Amino acid sequence: MSAEAPSPSTPEATAEPHHFRRILTIWIAVSVVGDLLFAIFVGPHVPPGRMSDTATSDSVDFTILFLVALPVLVGVWVYMGYAIVMWRASRPGVPEPVGGPRARGNLRVQIAWIASTTVVVLALFVFGTVELYVTNGSGGGEGPNPIWTPTSATILPVQVIAQQWRFTFRYPTFGGFETPDLILPVNTTVEFHVTSLDVIHDFWAYQIGVKADANPGSDNIAYTTTKQLGTFTVRCDELCGLWHGAMYDFGRVVSKSSFEQWAARTEIQLAALTKTLPPFALTYTPDANGADGGFYPDTNDPYSNVETYGATQPSS
Amino acid sequence: MRAVARVPGDGEGALSRSGRLAVAAVIVGIGIGLIVFLTAAFLRSSPPTVDFASNHQAGQPVSLTLETVGSIGYGAHPTWVSYLTLSPQTGQWVHTTLWDLPANTTINVTINQYDSGSPLRNQLLGLVQGTTGNVMMLNGKAVSLLNSNTGNGVGHTFSIPTLGINVPLEGVNGNAPNFCNAAPCTTEAHNVVKFSFVTPGPGNYPWQCFLPCGLGYLYGNGGPMQSVGYMDGFLKVVS
Repeated sequence: MSAEAPSPSTPEATAEPHHFRRILTIWIAVSVVGDLLFAIFVGPHVPPGRMSDTATSDSVDFTILFLVALPVLVGVWVYMGYAIVMWRASRPGVPEPVGGPRARGNLRVQIAWIASTTVVVLALFVFGTVELYVTNGSGGGEGPNPIWTPTSATILPVQVIAQQWRFTFRYPTFGGFETPDLILPVNTTVEFHVTSLDVIHDFWAYQIGVKADANPGSDNIAYTTTKQLGTFTVRCDELCGLWHGAMYDFGRVVSKSSFEQWAARTEIQLAALTKTLPPFALTYTPDANGADGGFYPDTNDPYSNVETYGATQPSS
Repeated sequence: MRAVARVPGDGEGALSRSGRLAVAAVIVGIGIGLIVFLTAAFLRSSPPTVDFASNHQAGQPVSLTLETVGSIGYGAHPTWVSYLTLSPQTGQWVHTTLWDLPANTTINVTINQYDSGSPLRNQLLGLVQGTTGNVMMLNGKAVSLLNSNTGNGVGHTFSIPTLGINVPLEGVNGNAPNFCNAAPCTTEAHNVVKFSFVTPGPGNYPWQCFLPCGLGYLYGNGGPMQSVGYMDGFLKVVS
């Protein structure tokens, strides 16, 4: 006994369901449910968190990018799944997959596809640019001449010095002392000056949403404004040699009063050490003669006095 | 069936095609095996670990004695600077920077520093940090900060960044008549540095020298500065 498949000309074959409407309905339903579930349950926990304005911005950006990307992913999967189920070759009444009018393309579909993807990409471009502008570079290194600079009345400059394999930090407005501890005051805009004494490193202060390459001879500036007290992780994010994996540290965001006490105390405690340091400079030139160490301030402009925080100005 | 007459000596004793393929497969297999073995052996090769933990009595401090030399004088890289460790079992100097140490224990370190010095690349590392009292004894005197721009500079540092420990080791005069040229050094010109620290819980903690002492490498950061057994090592802290 054999079951004969109906030919395309039979009434069963001509009574085609409205595939586009079906796909559209499934796509919208799954996308809306998926986006809602993500926004409600995952969104608040998207890293890097809320310790700074740039971290918050990063979290929001990741969430929005996911909300935009999910419908695209769902659209592809729904279409593929629908096609596999409805238009598989063994299904009765399915037209030939190759040839015929369907092989010549569909102008409306093509225009809709190009238009929708163009809108998505351009919208993300505008969104990304605005986000970079609003958060003064979104915590990324902007090089020595930042395009986006904060307008805060008070800015704390902190120099990040990377070397194989640790970070140290100089506070130019507190006498230029250098310390292995990265302590920041809350609700304060911080201007990181990131540089290196040897190879390329990357300063990645994860929970406060700052990430800037540390290049020798280069002053890479990144901004953030701290918003919450707490501890954050600092890692090197550029493969830099044997102990790259151990090149991590922890920083702390503390109250303004605690910070000022710490900075004043440390400035005094390290006064003898500070005298042995080279004058504060935006970059330092290591001696290239192998085992002969030493590093020296470059001859370019020392730190500008425009930014002020704390009582002591760096000597210029 | 057709019989083919063989010419004596022509192909006699030669392997069939499948035989030759089998031999070739065996040779290739042995070659691949050797490459894998040698690669694995290279990757797994490591300096020896000196054991300070096995015979340790709880509550007692451990004595860790090291020396730094300007050139090791033997082995694969005889001109490289290096640390050496005095084995508590044999009393011999061992060319290694790996130690098994007991957890939560005071380690009394003695470093005999035989190398010449130079300015530090980062003067912050002239500060003694993380040791008991944030101090070291340099030739019997308590020191908490070394200015490497003066005197003989700093020869090397003993630093464990993850534990916040840093000890600069003052250099010796490179022109001293009794300057030690190759390990092991004993009575030649040297500085004796002593300090203590307490080991944390079990784990592996990398330590290193921060003075770029890889002579002949760009910025002094290559060679021994990137090699475990020379100027880098592990504290293998065990419970």
